[in-house]
Amino acid sequence: MNAEARPEVRLASSSVGALAAMKGVFARDMKVAFRQRQDLLNPLLFFIMVVTLFPLGVSPEVSFLREAGAGILWVAALLSVLLSLDHLFRHDFDDGTLEQLVLQPQPLFLLILAKTIAHWMLTGLPLVVLTPVLGVMVHLDGNSIAVLCLTLLIGTPVLSLIGAIGAALTLGLRSAGVLLSLLIIPLYIPVLIFGTGTVAAAAEGAAVGAYLALLGAFLMLALTLAPFAAAAALKISLSNG
Amino acid sequence: MWQFFHKLGSPKWFFGISARFMPWLLAGGVLLLMAGVVWGLAFAPKDYLQGNSYRIIFIHVPTAFMAQSIYIMMASAAVVTLVWRMKLADVFVKAVAPVGLVLTFLALFTGAVWGKPTWGTWWIWDARLTSMLILLFLYGGVIALDRAINDEKSAARAVAVLVLVGVVNIPIIKYSVEWWNTLHQPASFKLTEKPTMPPEMWVPLLLSVLGLYLIFGWLACIRMQTEILSREQRTRWVKEFVMRGRS
Repeated sequence: MNAEARPEVRLASSSVGALAAMKGVFARDMKVAFRQRQDLLNPLLFFIMVVTLFPLGVSPEVSFLREAGAGILWVAALLSVLLSLDHLFRHDFDDGTLEQLVLQPQPLFLLILAKTIAHWMLTGLPLVVLTPVLGVMVHLDGNSIAVLCLTLLIGTPVLSLIGAIGAALTLGLRSAGVLLSLLIIPLYIPVLIFGTGTVAAAAEGAAVGAYLALLGAFLMLALTLAPFAAAAALKISLSNG
Repeated sequence: MWQFFHKLGSPKWFFGISARFMPWLLAGGVLLLMAGVVWGLAFAPKDYLQGNSYRIIFIHVPTAFMAQSIYIMMASAAVVTLVWRMKLADVFVKAVAPVGLVLTFLALFTGAVWGKPTWGTWWIWDARLTSMLILLFLYGGVIALDRAINDEKSAARAVAVLVLVGVVNIPIIKYSVEWWNTLHQPASFKLTEKPTMPPEMWVPLLLSVLGLYLIFGWLACIRMQTEILSREQRTRWVKEFVMRGRS
């Protein structure tokens, strides 16, 4: 990777406010990502391929797909986010940008929050956009697809935020990828349960407001706590090297 | 108070003091566990519904109880590691995580053995079973992370962060799994609630829980001692200790 492709973090003084610093980190991450477009596409292709495996591997019956479709899409989205987490800090760690970030006078957890939001915009959000197409392919009805998109819209940021902790903990380790999955999947289970539960309730005609509120509560909890844990983990991982 | 606190951080002090009460832990633990298990297996009355097959409760409940309480102890130690950087706290986490893993597995295994005659199946996706399975994953993650990081200090702190993230998640996992389950089938697992049992059943159960607690204390001590010896192998007191053992 040449230096030209990776803009530097330009916020080196304490006169820059925390919000401006977050904006700077966010803008930089977006810029870096769009210079490596293939990396953006890969999680999406992975998402589509995993969804394809289920009709081929289990059953192409309409009744099965309608029953399991929401779960399949959720699991595929979860795995796809999991796979993309490695990118969250890895490149910045390799070229030293991450150390510069830790040395900034602005609070590290805010900068990590900005990075995580960028990560979600680049992986979680495209998955949500792609969901209606795949939803039709697994024979979900219109209402279920709408609810599914809504749950993914609330749920995928939680996945990114929790994942940031795992990515920070496993930074710079051998076989970090598998380890990351081992650490993070148990923590993803509640999000998966409520995400698919919401769609199941919608399919039965029940009210989904309460389920969505619970998912929203997860998002708030992850939004407020996960960046702190990830910042602590990042500092530990950096002192390790 | 503070002097005690500082002493608690010293591996050497712990090594000396733990050696003194370890025999008592072991003796008390074996005694209580034997009493509880023998009483439970041989003398407690039969269950009117399940007959003799319920007796595995005297092994199942203590292991399940310990599996959960070890994780909470680990979380407390993790706070100490992160806040005070106390060496002993991370020695504790590292030493007991495999014990917790084994006990969680035993709880699941005995649960499966019990489930076969009672429910007619080795495994169902019941709320409790599932949350114990996730607890097993969490223990596995803690051990895997600890093994993956070479540097002792950063391993300790990274593991502490992971344990704390896990402890925040445990109630969430528990309730999400319970909620998820009740949608499909009502809980059939009221048997372990204590008030519904006659004293001839819950007293031996309590004894075996306490016994396992003491045995866990002994196991934790001996594993911590081993860990301390390997960490402090370059210090003078460890060398002297080893030489004394040899002569």
